[in-house]
Amino acid sequence: MATLGKDYADREVIVKQGEPGNCMYVVQDGQVEAIAETDGHEMRLRTLGAGDFFGEMCLFGTEKRSCTIRALGRARVLTVDKKNFLGGIQEDPSLAFRIVKVMSQRIRDLTERLAAIEAKQ
Amino acid sequence: MAADLGLPGLGRTGRSRGRGQVSTKPLQDGSRVAVIGAGPSGSMFSYFLLNMAESVGLDLEVDLYEPRQFCHGGPASCNHCGGVVSESLVQRLATEGISLPDGVVQRGLEAYTMHMDVGNADIATPLHESRIAGVYRGNGPRNSEPLDTDSFDGYLQRLANERGARSVRRLVTDVRADGDGMRVECADGGHGDYDLVALACGVNSHLMRSLHGLAEEHEPPGLKTTFICEFRLGRDVIRKTLGQSMHVFLLDIPNLKFAALVPKGDYATFVLLGHELNEDLLNRFFASDEFRNCFPGGVVPRHVCHCYPRINIRSTRPPYGDRLVMIGDSGSTRLYKDGIGAAYRTAKAAARTAVFHGVSAEDFRRHYAPLCRKIDRDNQVGRLVFWFGGLIQRATFARRGVMHMIEVEQAQTKAPRRMSGVLWDMFSGSAPYTDIFLRTLQPAFIGSLAWNLLAGNLPGARHATPRPQPESRHEH
Repeated sequence: MATLGKDYADREVIVKQGEPGNCMYVVQDGQVEAIAETDGHEMRLRTLGAGDFFGEMCLFGTEKRSCTIRALGRARVLTVDKKNFLGGIQEDPSLAFRIVKVMSQRIRDLTERLAAIEAKQ
Repeated sequence: MAADLGLPGLGRTGRSRGRGQVSTKPLQDGSRVAVIGAGPSGSMFSYFLLNMAESVGLDLEVDLYEPRQFCHGGPASCNHCGGVVSESLVQRLATEGISLPDGVVQRGLEAYTMHMDVGNADIATPLHESRIAGVYRGNGPRNSEPLDTDSFDGYLQRLANERGARSVRRLVTDVRADGDGMRVECADGGHGDYDLVALACGVNSHLMRSLHGLAEEHEPPGLKTTFICEFRLGRDVIRKTLGQSMHVFLLDIPNLKFAALVPKGDYATFVLLGHELNEDLLNRFFASDEFRNCFPGGVVPRHVCHCYPRINIRSTRPPYGDRLVMIGDSGSTRLYKDGIGAAYRTAKAAARTAVFHGVSAEDFRRHYAPLCRKIDRDNQVGRLVFWFGGLIQRATFARRGVMHMIEVEQAQTKAPRRMSGVLWDMFSGSAPYTDIFLRTLQPAFIGSLAWNLLAGNLPGARHATPRPQPESRHEH
């Protein structure tokens, strides 16, 4: 009872790649995994734990989910509305700082992984 | 004589001029900041100030004055508040990386239950997700067992401490300008000198009334007295009766403005706001069927503790000065709702001003005051919104129409939730009053309300059935 957010069972899909979205999520408890689905194949992009967020790209213009997120074990996740988030940024632009910082780190990680794959080929 | 307080770093920095003679220098490495009060605004100000300072390579010393510890039950550590963290603040804190732990969240709330004489209606969040937090500002009511309980204020204070703020367990008795800096005086005779003082002592502190030399420059906030008490019901009873819903009451009782019952752990916190708070209002409310029917057997149990805290209903003017800023209730807050959200907003705006712009009165006027004015303007609209709410409270036909509109909206999953959304945001404090008011002016809202006023009052219209009346009365 003394919790915030919504509970998801093991392997339950929280967001589905390609579906429209208008919110982001913050993991409150447990773990979730980000999965890229291509031609029926799945590739795990990363796992996320308590305090991590996902789905943020839908807040900045991209309307379709870029990957699937599902629970790894039981997980609890809080939704952050697009309206609330953008309204907050209007008043306090620094609210976006942490998001930008993490997005920047994720781009860096993906760049490094892509470079490693290119080097192997 | 900071040594009296055992405080290192005696000298202040950036004080190369007399007060009011030349521009006040901004904070620099080694600058000392005093924060008076470790409630939400004080702790969040300390946290964000140190975060922002670090982001620009600024090394500050922050002393967070708070004589109390938040680990005791009852008045010793209580900050006398309904203890509801709004949906919008929960989301903003999560975005900031501050996720409230389970021990702090006494109950996650996912619905509002509105009680009127014409019936009750549940207004649920469309996502069916717990997004409002019921918390204890201290460590629970008087004589409560500290089971799975953690103070909200204590949690924020620890965040500030982890960020580098140093807690000073002393009672501040005065804050005054001293040459080109600020002096903080304590009850034990000690004092400390600072480059900036953030007043976050709330409106129930003696300090706001006794600030030496500042009273002439700052019109004190307007105050209103409220009533808060705690009922011990037990988790099982709360689950069966109140559930994960905050219960609000729109009853036609003279002088009543608003009342709410917030379930938390083993207890339920009751908050009542009246145009004029008096014994007659409390007795009539406690005797009302709508309130009694919230408890098992229709019996209102004896409350375990109560208080009559004051709330800020008009901002301090101006809420800043040279090297001085007033945040949270001490400065500007939202009318009746979401005081903790306003504490977050004012604390962060004040910290941003101090780090990125400066600490002079002019800096705060240009970069901090706009937020306070925005809150004030929204509160003016809020008064209008509550005035309309009062009209509905007093008119049976209006209550029937509103109840009919809510029932229709809640029964249809895909129907626009116009009235439900307005009431949800009004009760939860999740949206500015201006947004709420503008929504009520939309033709679709007005048309729907007009139709429901008609439909809800037609002869033979189905009215929600009030719960059966209990036989027994309040135990008091």
